Amino acid sequence: MTVEEILFYAMSTVLVGAAVAVITVRNPVHAALALVLAFFATAFHWVMLEAEFLGILLVLVYVGAVMVLFLFVVMMLDINVARMREGFARFLPVGLVVAVGMMGLMAMVVGAGVFRIPGPERAAADHSNTAALGHLLYTEYVYPFEIAAVILLVAIIAAIVLTLRRRPGTLHLDPGRQARVRRNERVRMVKMHSEKQ
Amino acid sequence: MQISAKITLLLTPLLLAVAYTTFAERKIIGYMQIRIGPNRVGPRGFLQPIADALKLLTKEVIVPTNANRYLFLTAPVLAIAPSLAAWAVVPFDDGMAIADINAGLLYILALTSLGVYGIIVAGWASNSRYALLGSLRSAAQIISYEIAMGFALVGVIMAAGSLNLGEIVEAQRGSVYHWFLLPLLPLFLVYFISGVAETNRAPFDVAEGESEIVAGFHVEYSGMAFAVFFLAEYANMILISALTALLFLGGWLSPLEGLLPQAAFALPVIGWVLDGGIHWFLAKTAFFLFLFLWFRATFPRYRYDQIMRLGWKVLIPVTIVWLFLEGVAVAFGLGPWFA
Repeated sequence: MTVEEILFYAMSTVLVGAAVAVITVRNPVHAALALVLAFFATAFHWVMLEAEFLGILLVLVYVGAVMVLFLFVVMMLDINVARMREGFARFLPVGLVVAVGMMGLMAMVVGAGVFRIPGPERAAADHSNTAALGHLLYTEYVYPFEIAAVILLVAIIAAIVLTLRRRPGTLHLDPGRQARVRRNERVRMVKMHSEKQ
Repeated sequence: MQISAKITLLLTPLLLAVAYTTFAERKIIGYMQIRIGPNRVGPRGFLQPIADALKLLTKEVIVPTNANRYLFLTAPVLAIAPSLAAWAVVPFDDGMAIADINAGLLYILALTSLGVYGIIVAGWASNSRYALLGSLRSAAQIISYEIAMGFALVGVIMAAGSLNLGEIVEAQRGSVYHWFLLPLLPLFLVYFISGVAETNRAPFDVAEGESEIVAGFHVEYSGMAFAVFFLAEYANMILISALTALLFLGGWLSPLEGLLPQAAFALPVIGWVLDGGIHWFLAKTAFFLFLFLWFRATFPRYRYDQIMRLGWKVLIPVTIVWLFLEGVAVAFGLGPWFA
């Protein structure tokens, strides 16, 4: 085995192990951390496929931002693990059917002729994956790219609008008013003689 | 083998620098507060960090009852690993980096965003209210400032036309006026402020907040496990300083370039000092590191809601406006930077 193959199998083992851990460990925080590890192993695979831009982006977006917020929420929740376990046996048959169906679909896609092509030739060392991707995004796929951007923008605005509401009774302070405060509005200087003992 | 030698050559000075940054911090803040600072161990106190390290090494690492033992001990590792790994792509001089990769800036951004896991996991695994509060504050703060930081970096990428740190520095070649400091001044300020916030340093150190939540996320840690968190924090401080020098102040380029006549650089020893090189890079890094310490001696801690306001309502709009202006400047080829 070459070094690359050893690395591939090692990281694949980590990936599969972490993915299994996500759904089997009892503690939700552990599950979230296992998911982080799974993302990491996936990013490693992408870097090995010379898609280093996507690999780094996976770490930056999913591990660095999305999963941090996930952990943030999971840490705050007081999840009753025992109650969540109750439905496990009941939903097991349905889950198995879905899993087998997914596996069948994947086998059909991977087994079909689409993936039976020789791998692309190895790019030269000075090949910039990032530049190639940017070039493609802004020429050939410019409309899908822009439309996706607009959809994301709509989602951002929608999220803000949904949560933006004035609640009465909050202890909100207006920073402008705070900054305009003058001393004589708050402090009263009193001149007095020192008292005798 | 060669790569391990390179890593050793990078990490040994880095860890020494971390140790002596703690010493510099105590000395500088001491002098700013008109006292002397540590001066007992070794000549003028210069062996103080060594004594501190020995003390922390020999202390017991206490794992609190009901703490999650594995995560509690993994958390310091999660904190320090990214802050050391990020140094792999930092160029100290022309081509003097362990890995000169194309997406270097993105790699650094990805790795610095991972340091928060150490803090979150430490706070959660300690099974302590103060620690949990500290880690929640830290998570929210780092997520918020990462956006402003990322936008500031987009400005640098637009100006340099590359994600490679070496090429970003080379794009600033010419003279002091070619550095990105001038055309990207607001982004430079935003980047450095976000950098201070990302490293949880004063005045944004609410994750520790010793006057409110004891010591925040590392309240339950002792001995070497505690020291590793500080190692990570100081390594991150040096990293942010080095990156600010690389991205906005021309890294290893000499500020005298283009100002002095060519003959000055041909002089035997003086020419080497005047010309660009690793010494300029280290000097610029040291300057920003000094700013970190200065801030701590000068500014009172921000209130938590003010931190959030500054991040979301001040820094991010500033970067967005400046990105638009910069886009116009790039489109019209405004010289000498975007020509």
